Amino acid sequence: MSLRLLRRELLLAMRHGSDSLAALLFFVLTAALFPLAIGPAPEMLGRLAPGIIWVCALLAALLPLERLFAADFEDGTLDQLLLSGLPAPGIALMKAAAHWLVTGLPLLLAAAPVALMLRMPDEAIPVLLAGLLPGTMVLSLLGATGAAIVIGARRGGVLLPLLVLPLAAPVLIFGVSAVDAVTGDQSARPHLLLLAAFLLGALPLCPLAAGAALRGAVE
Amino acid sequence: MAAIRGERLVFADLSFAVAQGDALLLVGPNGSGKSTLLRILAGLGRLADGRLLWDGQDALADRAAHAGRVAYLGHQDAIKPGLTARENFFRPEQANAGLAALDLAPFADLPARMLSAGQRRRLALARLAVGGAPIWLLDEPTLGLDQASVARLGDLLAQHRAGGGMVVAATHLPLPLPGAAELALA
Repeated sequence: MSLRLLRRELLLAMRHGSDSLAALLFFVLTAALFPLAIGPAPEMLGRLAPGIIWVCALLAALLPLERLFAADFEDGTLDQLLLSGLPAPGIALMKAAAHWLVTGLPLLLAAAPVALMLRMPDEAIPVLLAGLLPGTMVLSLLGATGAAIVIGARRGGVLLPLLVLPLAAPVLIFGVSAVDAVTGDQSARPHLLLLAAFLLGALPLCPLAAGAALRGAVE
Repeated sequence: MAAIRGERLVFADLSFAVAQGDALLLVGPNGSGKSTLLRILAGLGRLADGRLLWDGQDALADRAAHAGRVAYLGHQDAIKPGLTARENFFRPEQANAGLAALDLAPFADLPARMLSAGQRRRLALARLAVGGAPIWLLDEPTLGLDQASVARLGDLLAQHRAGGGMVVAATHLPLPLPGAAELALA
């Protein structure tokens, strides 16, 4: 049943391809604005690149979150999902997985070319991607939780970033410091391990919180 | 049972039982709590007071088990306009039977956004009819249906009850449910 839900979500994302593509294009375009704004000097850009990529990825991942549960809530699908026999946390986990596959994974794939464009040192790019892999997963889990909490709120779209961004701050800090460590000839390992620890913590906690929020939303 | 919506007591001191093969019609003016009661029976709404029993046991103790017992049709059809009629079934293997039951086979591979409001309602009913749940909870099931479809729905309801199924329906329109008990909500 849970795989069925995931397949259905991916099918829906494919049918509404423009929504999925919008987050990716937003990411590439905002990252491309920085060389224009701060000048093309390689040493300056290269130093700022990890921060730019992480912040842009964070903001781009927020874009599709507003509709993650809102559409299902409005058309009655959420009721049917809760009656499908799948526990509410399971629904939230599958929704977060769908969000990662549709938004997080493309962002991860686009991050390498964007990093090259921003003149990031070659040896830092694998570390950037190694950090973004758990990082984007945590963002999807946190984002799904936030999206479940703001269901039915009048200004959900405004509330959502206020809720998710502070929680995502540690991910941003360790993701960027992993890259800084490598360019400073230090080990990126502790930073990456902390990111993985965040993922392991978020994996059970976020679906539980989101599931409770989903139950509350339909009541 | 009693239910509170917002700050308002919707109903209180409500008590009823539905046996196998029975149907219960919820009647009452707008805002009398028909939809609220149906959502509570589905395990979606919150019961302010009282208990919901299945076979003498607390029905909501195991929510997943209760979800397997009920099929709920609310005001919204829960139809995704981007998916075809067939893809809108949660279990693809049930699609053919469901589409045939409500005469929707010609529209099987059409995106649901091309369907009319009545056809969408029929699609939602088709999904419910083949779900195999013993309790059907219907909120204004005939909304937007033409006469032929209401007759088809009548056949489905009769079949379901003949097989020991139960129906609880809220409506303002006459429903093809012969011998149904009425529960008036004030």
